[in-house]
Amino acid sequence: MIGPTSVSDVFNFSDYGSLIALLHNSIIAGAVLGLAGGLIGVFVMMRDLSFAVHGISELSFAGASLALLLGVNVVAGSVVGSLAAALIFGALGVRARERSSIIGVLMPFGLGLGVLFLSLYKGRAANKFGLLTGQIVSIDDPGLVWLAAVCAVVLVALAILWRPLLFATVDPEIAAARGVPVRALSPIFMIVLGLTVAMSVKTIGALLVLALLVTPAAAAMRVTVSMLWIPVLSVVFATVSMVGGIMLALGGRLPISPYITTISFAIYLACRLIGGVRTRRGWAARPSPAQPAPATTG
Amino acid sequence: MSTQTRPAPAAAERDDTATPVLEMTGATLAFGARTLWRELNLAVRPGEFIAVLGANGSGKSSLLRAILGQQELTAGSVRVAGRPVRRGSRRVGYVPQRIAIDPVTALRARDLVRLGLDGHRWGPGVFGARGARSTVDALLESVGATAFADAPVSVLSGGELQRVRIAEALAGDPSLLLCDEPLAALDLAQAQSVVSLLDAHRHERGTAVLFVTHDINAVLGAADRVLYLAAGRFRLGTPDEVLTSAGLTALYGAPVDVFHTQGRVIVVAATDPGAGQHEHHHPELEEAR
Repeated sequence: MIGPTSVSDVFNFSDYGSLIALLHNSIIAGAVLGLAGGLIGVFVMMRDLSFAVHGISELSFAGASLALLLGVNVVAGSVVGSLAAALIFGALGVRARERSSIIGVLMPFGLGLGVLFLSLYKGRAANKFGLLTGQIVSIDDPGLVWLAAVCAVVLVALAILWRPLLFATVDPEIAAARGVPVRALSPIFMIVLGLTVAMSVKTIGALLVLALLVTPAAAAMRVTVSMLWIPVLSVVFATVSMVGGIMLALGGRLPISPYITTISFAIYLACRLIGGVRTRRGWAARPSPAQPAPATTG
Repeated sequence: MSTQTRPAPAAAERDDTATPVLEMTGATLAFGARTLWRELNLAVRPGEFIAVLGANGSGKSSLLRAILGQQELTAGSVRVAGRPVRRGSRRVGYVPQRIAIDPVTALRARDLVRLGLDGHRWGPGVFGARGARSTVDALLESVGATAFADAPVSVLSGGELQRVRIAEALAGDPSLLLCDEPLAALDLAQAQSVVSLLDAHRHERGTAVLFVTHDINAVLGAADRVLYLAAGRFRLGTPDEVLTSAGLTALYGAPVDVFHTQGRVIVVAATDPGAGQHEHHHPELEEAR
């Protein structure tokens, strides 16, 4: 017989103030990840890399489990696995279809390796489970410094790359004609993506990375097409999911991931509804399908 | 810098002494045994409109790729504004053949033009966004795209998107505009308005236009000169010089008839060794090959 699950297992806000003080590291981590993940998600969507993100996260998981087994830094293992996957996908899969098959081949292999390393590991079971479903609650001060440093690198890289990367993503031919290094940008972006995925794997878990790197940007693109508002909304959605999930999970006994993924999914659903209404009513004001005469100048 | 305040160069006056915007000398392109064109000499003046004609596979797109620095020549040289081409240039605008944009791309027409303006620069582009906005507005107005400036590119028609593409290409104020079959997906009225748009722009701003097309009739009113590529050779001259039965017969090395009727030009080949896909007695398909 399974004992009855009480609401207080899922939501429990007694002693909330002291819990928040205890877990402020996690909340900061959630906010930092929300910022980096929300921004990079915009390019994950535009470059059609959702599947690649999933593949990278599984190989990142394999790297982290190997590090756990060998007793070295788990974050470093996660970063190595992630970067290796990102570079392989970037180098071998230039075309989308090619890339998908390579990811489909490598992902189960990485997952299998990860499972192997974890079964050989004799340490705490919580460490194992955490790699798949996240352990943001347990983040300590050095862990937070690592996370913040890597996310800072990601944010600076994105700020510098933003316009050329966007140009190369939506209009590669014209971008190349204008002198944007379209080919070089691809592996550079994959490295930045790999770093973000590695940080996310450590905190929300390999299986749920997509809730942070894809869902918020996908939701934002449902309600706006503005190049300013897509990243802003994506960051807001990602941060709300992360921080909101952590805050809700504080009192209950469940892991944090279901809260994060549920909030993230609820935001996506709401955006789809709003977007659906907008599409039916028509987008920006367009008087008629007829061609307006070209404006005569002079 | 705003488009409205940029001084119009006197280039439209056809100053023959001006530095050519584009200069190809002894340019030859061959893939293995197949020569696309040989010893091509072409000097394009500022503000000049040149139509590039030829059958499929005659090397029209390769010519543009060579000028963009994306295709190495077998022999000869290409200079843009007096300097050898490198991969990518701010002086050259490009309107590609493929006009469709991935339908999932969440992007407004004005965002695309903004990318044409400063998409090559590093940094997020948040600063100076206000100045960029007025320039983008002016560009959108100049191509008659103001009405759908804020619409997602995925809902634009082919003609609307091509106008936005032209605004995107003109955003960098290039001295040379390369157009690769920009009329391919457009109906006659749309094609005419795109051509007159480019024609007006080159007169006003002195931008030279190299316009690759299947259909000479769409650009007959605008073209100063015609570059006709066929059978590994080429002919260059005014439309009246190039589009003659004798001229094209010599070019193809086979009988070709050119008819001028109702302001249109019809090119008919009895046997057409230069044109890859030949259809006998089918004047519409033969038109302007």
